[in-house]
Amino acid sequence: MSTATSSLPRTIGAHAVLLTYTVIALFPVIIVIMNSFKSRAGIFGAPLAPPTPKTFDLIGYTTVIGQGDFIHYFQNSLVVTVASLFFVLLFGAMAAFALSEYRFRGNSLMGLYLALGIMIPIRLATVAILQLMVTSGLVNTLTALILVYTAQGLPLAVFILSEFMKQVSDDLKNAGRIDGLSEYTIFFRLVLPLVRPSMATVAVFTMIPIWNDLWFPLILAPSEETKTVTLGAQLFLGQFVTNWNAILAALSLAIMPVLILYVIFSRQLIRGITSGAVK
Amino acid sequence: MGSLNIENVKKAFGPVEVLKGINLEVTDGEFVVFVGPSGCGKSTLLRVIAGLEDSTSGRVVIDGADVSATPPAKRGIAMVFQTYALYPHLTVKNNMGLGLKQAGTPAAEIDRRIGIASSMLSLEPYLARRPAELSGGQRQRVAIGRAVVREPKLFLFDEPLSNLDAALRVNTRLEIAQLHRRLKATMIYVTHDQVEAMTLADKIVVLNAGKIEQIGGPMELYNSPANEFVAGFIGSPKMNFVDGARLGETAKTIGVRPEHLTVDAKSGAWKGTVVHAEHLGADTNLYLDCEKAGLITVRIFGVYNAEPGATLYATPDPARTYRFGADGKVLK
Ligand SMILES: Nc1ncnc2c1ncn2[C@@H]1O[C@H](COP(=O)(O)OP(=O)(O)OP(=O)(O)O)[C@@H](O)[C@H]1O
Ligand SMILES: [Mg+2]
Repeated sequence: MSTATSSLPRTIGAHAVLLTYTVIALFPVIIVIMNSFKSRAGIFGAPLAPPTPKTFDLIGYTTVIGQGDFIHYFQNSLVVTVASLFFVLLFGAMAAFALSEYRFRGNSLMGLYLALGIMIPIRLATVAILQLMVTSGLVNTLTALILVYTAQGLPLAVFILSEFMKQVSDDLKNAGRIDGLSEYTIFFRLVLPLVRPSMATVAVFTMIPIWNDLWFPLILAPSEETKTVTLGAQLFLGQFVTNWNAILAALSLAIMPVLILYVIFSRQLIRGITSGAVK
Repeated sequence: MGSLNIENVKKAFGPVEVLKGINLEVTDGEFVVFVGPSGCGKSTLLRVIAGLEDSTSGRVVIDGADVSATPPAKRGIAMVFQTYALYPHLTVKNNMGLGLKQAGTPAAEIDRRIGIASSMLSLEPYLARRPAELSGGQRQRVAIGRAVVREPKLFLFDEPLSNLDAALRVNTRLEIAQLHRRLKATMIYVTHDQVEAMTLADKIVVLNAGKIEQIGGPMELYNSPANEFVAGFIGSPKMNFVDGARLGETAKTIGVRPEHLTVDAKSGAWKGTVVHAEHLGADTNLYLDCEKAGLITVRIFGVYNAEPGATLYATPDPARTYRFGADGKVLK
């Protein structure tokens, strides 16, 4: 950004807008985290107040860690998210490369077909998916979730990545061909590193809905063995009594892993978002 | 070693025919330049020779062997691209060595060849750098080096100098000319630039709309163009074309190059007014609006002072006037 184009009032204005937005966006998260450190009375007495020595209480966290198999749920969520993410990125990038690089009959039709999933929610097919999983004996396995999430993430990944792959220089790929690189080497060694920022963008967009999903774990894998964090937290939501301490603590803990993954991708992501503007 | 034959090569993208039957023979050690207007199929032809694009029909024969079904890496060619196309994650040394490594060449041999190529192109100080740490000119030299180490039968250049600034272009042009002399390799070179074509080529191939208009040495094309297109394309400023009927000639069009016209203030064949004068130091370009011939360009060697609006007479050199028929072909 050059200083010549930005005046002081405009800078202040822009920052005011951005700060307001940040406050609004972070508000619920802060409330959740703050209240997770308070006693039940503290939560209901003054929900907006930060924990004081009087209301400070770790009861939520001890309940979560003591009760149920929360560490295990975390593991399940992490396995499902990371594995789905891996397959979405791998298959999405490969399909995008094929669509953008090779001319074949029905190329654009195939691209349209692959992108169709963006507009049709995969939940519409829940019944069919459940039948499929029952017949193939995958109910109550993490594999079922990974398969469904991979299918769910692919359309957007193919759509975004093929746009970016079209921008990778043809000359570079051709130079690789003349040097005798295989199409796989060209894809993995030349093209993928160049589209890394867009891969990070896709990774973030794919990861968050998977981590947060309650629907498919509830339907496809509700067993104790395969529960994910979001499903596990339901344990504390009773029809008559709800253990708010535990829920808030579980939610606060659930934020951590996505936050860590996000930080890993964010450096790339920022480069991805601004790459069009700078070059 | 290093001959090339192209036999009736056609290429269509869907319904669009881009190459319409190209026949070309290149002998060993020749420097051949493809020129033609933008979109005429120069790059496509080069890519067909390289094997990056399949031809729709026809044969490409390198060194006596039909390579139409051979992948690019096995054709014994090397290519230099307009955009350099260096591998961004590899050092200069590895950029140059990758092709050989893929082909299973022993490491000692790779090092030897990189040593020779980098000293030839003065790249030794940069061998450990990545492409991002090089200037445009250095990058293009690395790209040329990458081609040289492969010791190909055939070098292919696709507008290698057009991303460089004017001064660097002259230097690199010189380097390519020296390279050709030292390696005695066959080279095929695509360019937009007249000067590059005239100075580098043993043989120029003029392409237009997917067809070859004429093949010949630089002076042959300049002195005896086969048709109106070649006459207009070779030479700068462009040849003047005058409607034959206006001059009372039988030919459809009369062509005369700007440098083959003389001007005089008193008398001459075509009376005209000066519209504009360009002073280049070594020569002067005059634009004259003539009564009989219309707007023409005259190139005068040295300084010539003429004010816009002044009246001048231009006279063509009769020995160097070209006559074209209705089909655009030159009339003998
Ligand atoms: N992949 C493609 N699909 C469809 N048409 C193409 C494709 N590649 C090239 N063309 C068309 O083929 C024609 C010739 O292209 P080519 O790149 O060979 O031109 P060129 O002579 O190299 O032009 P320039 O001097 O501008 O580089 C152009 O009209 C172009 O639109
Ligand atoms: Mg071209």
